[in-house]
Amino acid sequence: MNSPTESNLDFEVQSLDKESLHRTAEDSGWANKIKFLIAGALFGIILVKSEVISWFRIQEMFRLQSFHMYGVIGSAIVTAMICVQLIKRFDIKTLNGERIRITPKSFNKGQVYGGLLFGFGWALTGACPGPLFAQIGSGFTVIIVTLVSAIAGTWVYGWIRERLPH
Amino acid sequence: MLELLNKPWPWYVAGPLIGLMVPLLLILGNKTFGISSSLRHICAMCLPGSISFFDYNWRKEMWNLFFVAGILIGGFIASSFLGNSEPVQLNPLLIEELQRKGVNDFSGLMPGDLFNWKMLITLKGFILMVVGGFLVGFGTRYAGGCTSGHSIMGLSTLQWPSLVATCCFMAGGFIMANLVLPSILAL
Repeated sequence: MNSPTESNLDFEVQSLDKESLHRTAEDSGWANKIKFLIAGALFGIILVKSEVISWFRIQEMFRLQSFHMYGVIGSAIVTAMICVQLIKRFDIKTLNGERIRITPKSFNKGQVYGGLLFGFGWALTGACPGPLFAQIGSGFTVIIVTLVSAIAGTWVYGWIRERLPH
Repeated sequence: MLELLNKPWPWYVAGPLIGLMVPLLLILGNKTFGISSSLRHICAMCLPGSISFFDYNWRKEMWNLFFVAGILIGGFIASSFLGNSEPVQLNPLLIEELQRKGVNDFSGLMPGDLFNWKMLITLKGFILMVVGGFLVGFGTRYAGGCTSGHSIMGLSTLQWPSLVATCCFMAGGFIMANLVLPSILAL
């Protein structure tokens, strides 16, 4: 079992962080899940309306032919940064009254090798994982194949990860 | 108002809205923004094998699967009811380059003549959709995050490993789009 005490290289799986042992409230029940479904739907709408899910927009970005994607990602980072600072400054709590925690992560070589491989895939498919789901929802049904292939890629990584440099 | 809903949103509207997903998820339940991990949870749920990487309590991360299901629904809502009426306003240089490679469908968000079921059995389509997808899944997990987890969540919380990851995402994309993709499109 991946115990939360060993170091967690995954930036996105909080329940494997050491600190999660001390987390109090655990989400359960459908009402708790539905709010994330709605948040996801809002995000999906934004992704489509901003044309971030467009393969063409990604090609423009990597050819430096348009500012659009740089503007989207850059202003998203700045907005998020300001919000995180405000949360810290005013000690804003979650809906359950829990203290908000962000666990710092450490460097490993995977961020370089994995980052490059993901970059190749991003330019080919014109999609990072979020847009894959939005593209399928938008009616590009063939992208289901791309998603299944991405799941397969994740599985193969898990299978051979001990033999990869980290 | 309706007009705004039916037009594509400029970067200075969409970017801040995407940025607001970070505090939204934190406040809704102390969750950090990150999407590629959903692929790991799907593996852990459906086909964990005896692989230690998938041996964890994925139920604790169920929220993430609801979030991506929401993205799919949001994509459907936006394209069915709030559809952008005009084609994407692209740089003419890109259109010219793609036309030279035989791409002629610029009407939608994706080039319909590259991304369709028939293309899947051609070498070009297989590389774009299947190999590309595999690299997205393998690479994001190897890097421990994707555009949302590293570039937005990681950078906005000032984590330098996420800056390294983001630079590598971009470097990989530049290499592929400029040096390799033209030959693939010529297949």
